[in-house]
Order: sequence, then structure tokens, then C-alpha cells
Amino acid sequence: MTAGDVPDHRPGDVGAAHRLSAERVTLGYGDRTVIDGMDLTVPPGAITVIVGANACGKSTLLRSMSRLLTPRAGRIVLDGKDVHRMPAKELARTLGLLPQSPIAPEGITVADLVGRGRNPHQGLFSRWTRQDDEAVAAALQATHTTDLADRSVDELSGGQRQRVWIAMALAQQTDVLLLDEPTTFLDVSHQVEVLDLLTDLNHTRGTTIVVVLHDLNLAARYADHLIALTDGRLHAAGLPAEVLTEEMVRAVFGVDSRIIVDPTSGAPLMLPIGRHRVTVPTLPAPLGQL
Amino acid sequence: MSADLERPRLVEVPAAAVTQVTRDRKRRAVRRRVVIAVLSVLVLAMIAVSLMVGQTFYPPGDVLRVLLGQDVPGAAFTVGRLRIPRTVLAVVVGLSFGLAGVTFQTMLRNPLASPDVIGISSGAGAAAAFAIVVVGWSGTRVSAFAIVVCLAVALAIYLLAFKGGVLGTRLILIGIGVEAMLRSATAYVLSVAADWDLQEAMRWLTGSLNGASWTATLPALVALVVLAPILLGQTRNLSTLQLGDDTAAALGVRLERTRLIAILAAVGLIAFATSGAGPIAFVAFLAGPIAARLVGPNGSLLVPAALVGALLVLVGDFCGQYAFGNRMPVGVVTGVLGAPSLIYLIIRTNRAGGSL
Repeated sequence: MTAGDVPDHRPGDVGAAHRLSAERVTLGYGDRTVIDGMDLTVPPGAITVIVGANACGKSTLLRSMSRLLTPRAGRIVLDGKDVHRMPAKELARTLGLLPQSPIAPEGITVADLVGRGRNPHQGLFSRWTRQDDEAVAAALQATHTTDLADRSVDELSGGQRQRVWIAMALAQQTDVLLLDEPTTFLDVSHQVEVLDLLTDLNHTRGTTIVVVLHDLNLAARYADHLIALTDGRLHAAGLPAEVLTEEMVRAVFGVDSRIIVDPTSGAPLMLPIGRHRVTVPTLPAPLGQL
Repeated sequence: MSADLERPRLVEVPAAAVTQVTRDRKRRAVRRRVVIAVLSVLVLAMIAVSLMVGQTFYPPGDVLRVLLGQDVPGAAFTVGRLRIPRTVLAVVVGLSFGLAGVTFQTMLRNPLASPDVIGISSGAGAAAAFAIVVVGWSGTRVSAFAIVVCLAVALAIYLLAFKGGVLGTRLILIGIGVEAMLRSATAYVLSVAADWDLQEAMRWLTGSLNGASWTATLPALVALVVLAPILLGQTRNLSTLQLGDDTAAALGVRLERTRLIAILAAVGLIAFATSGAGPIAFVAFLAGPIAARLVGPNGSLLVPAALVGALLVLVGDFCGQYAFGNRMPVGVVTGVLGAPSLIYLIIRTNRAGGSL
């Protein structure tokens, strides 16, 4: 599948469709080139999941999409405009990013932190409006953190803290939301909770979501559009069933695997094959044979 | 999909929930306002005390009449020519040091990142000592030279720390190195100084209000009036920077621009305040953490820290003059307060990974 013909997953008329794409971008730090001349299109109104081995350029790509990193060549385009030439606040009202390791100032309360998400909507001296408070209340409610509003972020559990950070990104009320490994360090119930929340957001508001995940099976289940990166190149992009194949897992992650159908969702399910403990001779039928 | 659309979770929020958010936000703001109000009253009270109390006590009426420009025998000289310039200088440099210190600490997310720890204040001191002892300058030329060198040192630290964007820790470590170099340079200059130069040079190294006059006060006052509003204009950007560079940028903060404005304005404040009263030890360093304790995590510390700075200098100078029998420069008093706090903060930062 080429980057051009991505389907529009927008449900109904909710949310504005924003077209985000990378055009031949080359990205790197210092002397190191991380991504070399990549083309990539994010389908509007869909959940796009990016997977890839460690250090393959997933975070770098996300950072450049939200303007944290200027491409050495090529450009990141949002609705026809080069994001690196857009006014910072204007971009931040359309496109939000939750980075991998955000910093919570010591002692800050949940409500205060979530309120920081309103920054791009506020001018230099403008006061807080009812709209700001509504956005904060809605973000707290959506992430089930309303009861934590008064608590200090320091004293929350990992799962709670991650929901609070997502609430901050929600308070920003952007139509496009990028998240860099939002489920890392969370136990399975919180991983599912975070991904369900993002799906709710996508379904109810039509928010275009781009999320980097490590767990291939959750990626395949929650993605409308799955992108696999390897060594700074786009290996495959498309429907999860097309992208998550045994060949892809070998090429991108260097591990043998069997792909079966996830009986709970119908999405492809990847079973890695290591050197030990793989004894059952007949694995369930692979996806292609069903 | 249509079932999802009817679900109200992300679209409608009960009015009560919004009211609760509003109420919480106002409650957080109240504490900060109360702290600012109390600190302002304390600063005003200390100003009054500094004007009335001394070797001779003058009642409020006398002080007021001097302030209104009337000729009051005795008080006209003592209050009008000595105490007023001294008090104004104390307030101006205190506000400047407090504001500049907390700006650096907030921006670099580290209480050790204060300009007096990372060598910026030492730059002014070393330059002044050099100008007095080696070149033989005095007065305004020393101040001007100190201001220029102070800005140059800050620029040098910034450039040394710059590596595709400035990293906080890197800047602090380089600053501490630069500070050590400047101190040894100063020590050398002092070791070759003549006695009469030593007296003048020491004022630049400990910080003292003893030489307070309108000529010393005016440049610092003008710098404060010009630069403080610029820094206060960056309040929201600085608060957002506390969430980390990536998050701040994603929230629409222009990182390098914000840092450049904040550094230039803060260094300017330090340079001019230091030229007026010397690098009064640890005021820039202490004001932020004290303000943070008072205000809590309830909003920007810029204004509270500036007021704490003014209070520290006023109280320190008053104690230095009258509490210990012989007159001590204010820098000695604040130094005695500051050193243990520095050790405490280093221990706490190591334990908590801390910010302000």
C-alpha cells in the first residue's frame, strides 16, 4: 500500500479532518541520521499505531510531527501547511503531543496540571474563561480522574499518572493527538484502559490519533491503520491484517513468529517463536488459511 | 459507531463538575495572592523600619516630612541622604536578585541553577576587582565594565552549554566550573592588591549597601523598571517550561525564544543590581525556594520570589548594621543564611531529583 491512498476513517461529521503527512523527511540528532527521506500519511479521523524495534525512529518521527525537531530535509505537512512554519500556538491548537517522559513539577495538583493543557488557548494576559474550566472538567471526566483533581501528581500510581497526562493532552482540545508510548510501564488493565480511552476519543470526537506502541497485539487490535518502521524506513503501512505478518515481524523485529486470528477481536495475533518452550507441533491455523 | 456518538462522555460535562473545577482553581490562586499580600506588607514594614530606626530614631512624622521634601533638622540628612538611598537600593537589588534567581531556577528546573551559583554574579565581581586593582579604575567605569563582563560570562556559559538546545544540568555544571575559575582569578587579583584598593574591591565581592547613593541606585532602578515587566510577560511560558521541553513545545511554547528573553532579562537584572550593591550572597539563590515553600504548587513564583528577595536584603542589611555590634555588610549576613540552605538543597535535590 502506498502512502497516498489511505482511507478516510472519519465517523460521520465529528471533528475536522486534518491531513498530516511527512514528505521525504530526513531527521536526525547531531551526526546521526535517524530517519532518511520518509514519506508517510496519517489517515484523518483514524487511529494510527506506529510499531518498530527500539531506536528505529518512532519517537523521532513523532517529535518532528509536533515541531520539536526540525527536519534536515523534506517537511511535515498539516492541511497543506509546513508545520515548522506555522505559529507555535496555532499548531498547538490543532495538534497535541504527549511525550514519552513529561515532567510533573513537584507538588502540582492534578487539576492544575490538566489546566496547563489550556496554554495554547490563552493569550499573554487573558484570564481563565468558563470554556477553559469546561475543557478541564471534560478532560478529567473522560479519563476518570475527576476524583483525583485535588491530589498531588507525585502521590499517584503509574496508571493514574498516565491518565492525568492524557487528561492534560485532552484539555488542549486538539483534533490531532500524538502519543509516544502512553502504555509503557502500565499493567495490562491500565494499558487496555488507555487504549479504550483513545478509541472513545476517536469515536466521539473524530480525533485523529497517532500512537507509538510496543505491544504488537494491542497495536493490531486498536489500530485502524498500522505502520511498521525499521531502521528509519517505512517497512509497511495499512490495515493491521495486511501489515502484521510473519515476514514483517521477522524483518522488523528479527524474530520468528506465527500469526493467528485473535479470537476476541478478529485482529491478527502474533505469537513469537524463541529457542525454548515452543513444543506444540500444531499451532492454530494462520490467518491466511481461514 | 452511532452508539458511540450518542455516548455523552467526552462531549457533555455536568455543570457541577465545571463549577468544581472553577472553585478548585480559585482556591489555588487565593493562597498565592495571600502570600503576595503578606510579603508586600512585610516589605513595606521593613522599609518603614529601615527609614525610622538607626543610631537615632526618627518618628514616622519626621520621616514623612523628609519624604515630602521638607527640611527637618537632623532627619533631613540622616534620613534623606543616607537612609532613603540605602533602603531604595536594598529594595531594588532584592527584587532584582529574587526575580532573576527564580527565573533561572524555573527555566532550568533546578534550584541550584541560580545565577550566583553558576558564575554569572561572580563574573561581575571578578571584573570589578580586576578593574579596580589592576587597571586602577573607580566609580561608574567599574560598574559599566562589571555589567559588560557579567553579560559576556552569561553568554559564554550559554554557548558552552549549547548543544542542539540548552540542557539544564549541563548548563549548571558548566556554570559551576566557570564560577570556580572566576573565583580563583579574583583571589589572584586580590592577592596583588594594595590595601586601599582592597577595601573598594571587597564591596564587589561580598555585597554591601554601605556605599549606597543615588548614583549607585539609579541604573539598577532603571534596569528593574525595564526588565521586570519583560520577565513577568514570560510568566506563563516559564511555568509551562516546567513540564519538560517536549511538553512545553507541544503546548505552543517557543523554547529557544522564551529562554533567550528570560536569560537576557535575568542576566541584565543581575548585572545592574550587582553593579549597585555587589553580589549580595545567596539572595538570588534563596528567594525562589523560600517563595516555593510559601506559595506551594499554586502558580508562578516570579512575584513572590522578588518580594522574598527584597525582604531578605532589607532584613539582612538591618541585622548587619545593628544586630552584631560592629557593622557588617549585608552579604555576610545573607551568606551565613545561604550556605546551609545550599547544602540542604543539594541533599534534597539528590534525594528527590527535585525541582523548585
